[in-house]
Amino acid sequence: MKVKSNSLILDSIDLKILEALMEDARQTYTMIGKRLGIAHSTVYDRIKRMEEYGIIKKYTTLIDREKAGAKCITAVMTIYTDPKESENIAEKLCEYPQICEVYTSLSEELQIIAKIMAEDQESLHEFIAKFIAPLQGVLRIRTSIVTKKFKETIPRLANNNNIRESAFAIKHDKRKMGLEGDGYRKT
Amino acid sequence: MISVKWDLKEMDIEKLEVLKTVPRDKAFYFFTSIGNYTGKSAASLEEFLQMVRDVNVKSLEFHLYRGDFEKWLNEVFGVQELAEELKKLRTSNLFGEQLRSCIYSVVESYLKRLKEHGAQH
Repeated sequence: MKVKSNSLILDSIDLKILEALMEDARQTYTMIGKRLGIAHSTVYDRIKRMEEYGIIKKYTTLIDREKAGAKCITAVMTIYTDPKESENIAEKLCEYPQICEVYTSLSEELQIIAKIMAEDQESLHEFIAKFIAPLQGVLRIRTSIVTKKFKETIPRLANNNNIRESAFAIKHDKRKMGLEGDGYRKT
Repeated sequence: MISVKWDLKEMDIEKLEVLKTVPRDKAFYFFTSIGNYTGKSAASLEEFLQMVRDVNVKSLEFHLYRGDFEKWLNEVFGVQELAEELKKLRTSNLFGEQLRSCIYSVVESYLKRLKEHGAQH
């Protein structure tokens, strides 16, 4: 593993470890080591280093909300903003637990795209009307309520048969370690 | 066109507070459907009247039939009389520009009467 100043350069073993964790984060170091043909201590060291550099942000659980009996709807909001206020709005959105993903996008206008969850349509509307629309710089909002989910996974890092080390030199600013990193918030 | 005779005799002079502008968090935000914000808002009755004239008519239909206008008018300004008149419009089964025209007339006449009442005191 090569470390250059603030950058941690990941090699193919790191990437394979990450892939393994993304498939099942409950695997032990030994299990991952056996699978990749390396010592469990190597797996441990590399995972710790990637945690330290904020490449591994956290370990979480993917839940099927319907099966868990949670009354919940999902919607995707496109928020058109005044460019001067866009960052502030995006940061504010990140504070709400109902909002699980926030992105900025530049097409014809500056937009924020956010995935939001609510108990029902009424509470979704109330939340948007009470907390999002009044934010300074919000120009208008388009909301699409998800009617059916066909797939929900975390995308793979790369095809394991075609990993190129050079493509994954992930620059990481230590000051931001464990925080916004890629400007993407996931809960 | 709707004609309403407002009885403001019993109105406390303090009610003229309804002519004030409220903070952003108490303003009315116009949506055309669940979660679809038009970008228009009103922080006073004067602004509300202006928005009734300018906003997409779908927004007026959406809010009137949900009872949002009366709720806001009651909670923020305490103007029950106006809220009640708008509530009556819900049974009128009006849509589109006819609905806009009626809401506008009701709010405009209320504001006019309120200002006259204020001038007398």
